[in-house]
Amino acid sequence: MSEATLYGLCGAVLVGLGLFGLIVHPQPLRKILAFNLIGGGVFLLFGVVARRGAAAGFGGDPVPHALIITGIVVAFAATALAIALLLRLFQETGRATLGSDG
Amino acid sequence: MSLALDALTTLAVSVGAFFFLAGTVGLLRFPDALSRLHALTKADNLGLGLVVLGLLFQVEGPFAALKLISVWLLTLLAGATVTQLIARTARPGGPPV
Amino acid sequence: MAFDSGLAVLVLGVAVWTIAARDTFAAVVGFVAYGLLLALAWVRLAAPDVALTEAAIGSGVTGGLLIGASTRLRRTETAAAGEEPGPTLRLAAAVLCGLVSAGLAAIVLMLPEPAPTLAPQAAANIAATGLGNPVTAVLMAYRAIDTLLETVVLLLALVGVWSLAPDRVWGGFPGPRHHADPDGVLTFIAQLLVPLGILVGIHIFWVGSVAPGGEFQGATILAAMWILAMMAGLVDAPPVSRRWLRLLLIAGPAVFFAIGLAGFAMAGAFLAYPVEYAKLLIVTIEIPVTLSIAATLALLVAGPPERAPHR
Repeated sequence: MSEATLYGLCGAVLVGLGLFGLIVHPQPLRKILAFNLIGGGVFLLFGVVARRGAAAGFGGDPVPHALIITGIVVAFAATALAIALLLRLFQETGRATLGSDG
Repeated sequence: MSLALDALTTLAVSVGAFFFLAGTVGLLRFPDALSRLHALTKADNLGLGLVVLGLLFQVEGPFAALKLISVWLLTLLAGATVTQLIARTARPGGPPV
Repeated sequence: MAFDSGLAVLVLGVAVWTIAARDTFAAVVGFVAYGLLLALAWVRLAAPDVALTEAAIGSGVTGGLLIGASTRLRRTETAAAGEEPGPTLRLAAAVLCGLVSAGLAAIVLMLPEPAPTLAPQAAANIAATGLGNPVTAVLMAYRAIDTLLETVVLLLALVGVWSLAPDRVWGGFPGPRHHADPDGVLTFIAQLLVPLGILVGIHIFWVGSVAPGGEFQGATILAAMWILAMMAGLVDAPPVSRRWLRLLLIAGPAVFFAIGLAGFAMAGAFLAYPVEYAKLLIVTIEIPVTLSIAATLALLVAGPPERAPHR
């Protein structure tokens, strides 16, 4: 098993772990953490595809690398907006959960 | 010559790894925040310093050596600052007025 | 191979800790460690640009944001713990996630051999862009429109964060006013580290055209230095209604878009560069984009306005 496949399996497990955390935790901040974990796993899967495309003197296919970099930046932007929404919800209602009672 | 350099690198990195281990054991076993910070500084200063020293034998050119040493110095700076800041709040009597 | 197995196990272990930790702050600390270990994994996958971005943005700036949020939300911990789902839901979720992971793992093991790749095409045309780093060539030349839209997305996220300000502080100062002891440790490290960090940030941005690095990584370091100066109380965050701030933020995407439109006249398509001026145009785009992204990242961490503007 090459190193790329090993990290690919790691990425697959990370997506599953993140999904579990997203479903199971009631606190939105933990859900945001789990969502970032899913993102990390997906990027790892992309990275495995890039590593397997090593050719022409490069260590990896540069196109997926650029996509991953864009993805990391956009994931941070989404996380920042999500946290700002969460803190505003806490400021307004005094609670930080998306409970069913309003 | 390179065999001697490799031996020196292995020795220095191993001793550095031992200090990291000692720092981690201290982090897990010491009773309160201040003593845990005390253990962590060993990992930061001695552990990283010895690892960097071991890697210095493997670099080509003085520029890469300078980069490695500046990594160690920046980590020292950051670690010392954060240790001070945590210790101020973790003091038994609270932060000093 | 042994190192990779150990690193993968460590990454998974820290990820399990992030999900399973009782205290949210502990989970956030685990997440920051997870990001740094992931950066190591990227280096092992021969992706140093991605490793720099993951360590800087994925673990550094996101970690700072999460630590601030978890501290502010500490009071809601006990209330939220009462809403934990029961064992049936947990078991069902575990089975579902196991299936998802197994499906993805099967895909990884069944990836086609030989692997399809765009590396030869990237290598063949890189001389025309004047760059030496293929990832920067993809970001700024081959797929420049993705990068343009990425800067716009960052700006939209910032507009979204700013729009969450209450009416009475609309257009005001983001975040609380930080005061640090002028003789203290935080002020010392800010005064020492900020000039050094700015230098390192500019270096990483500049060297990105021929070596691992680039505008996003350099911009993150510049943003981190601004955040450090704000946290040490050396400078105050500017009120978000200031014209110079808003001009700084839109300068990057605006220059990018303008050069893109000029591409119609110069080389026949949007964001096309004539070969003689490709490197010059790319650098002309990169400098304002780096400054804009640095400001956007720092302001995203600073958050929505919390203090009323002076009037």
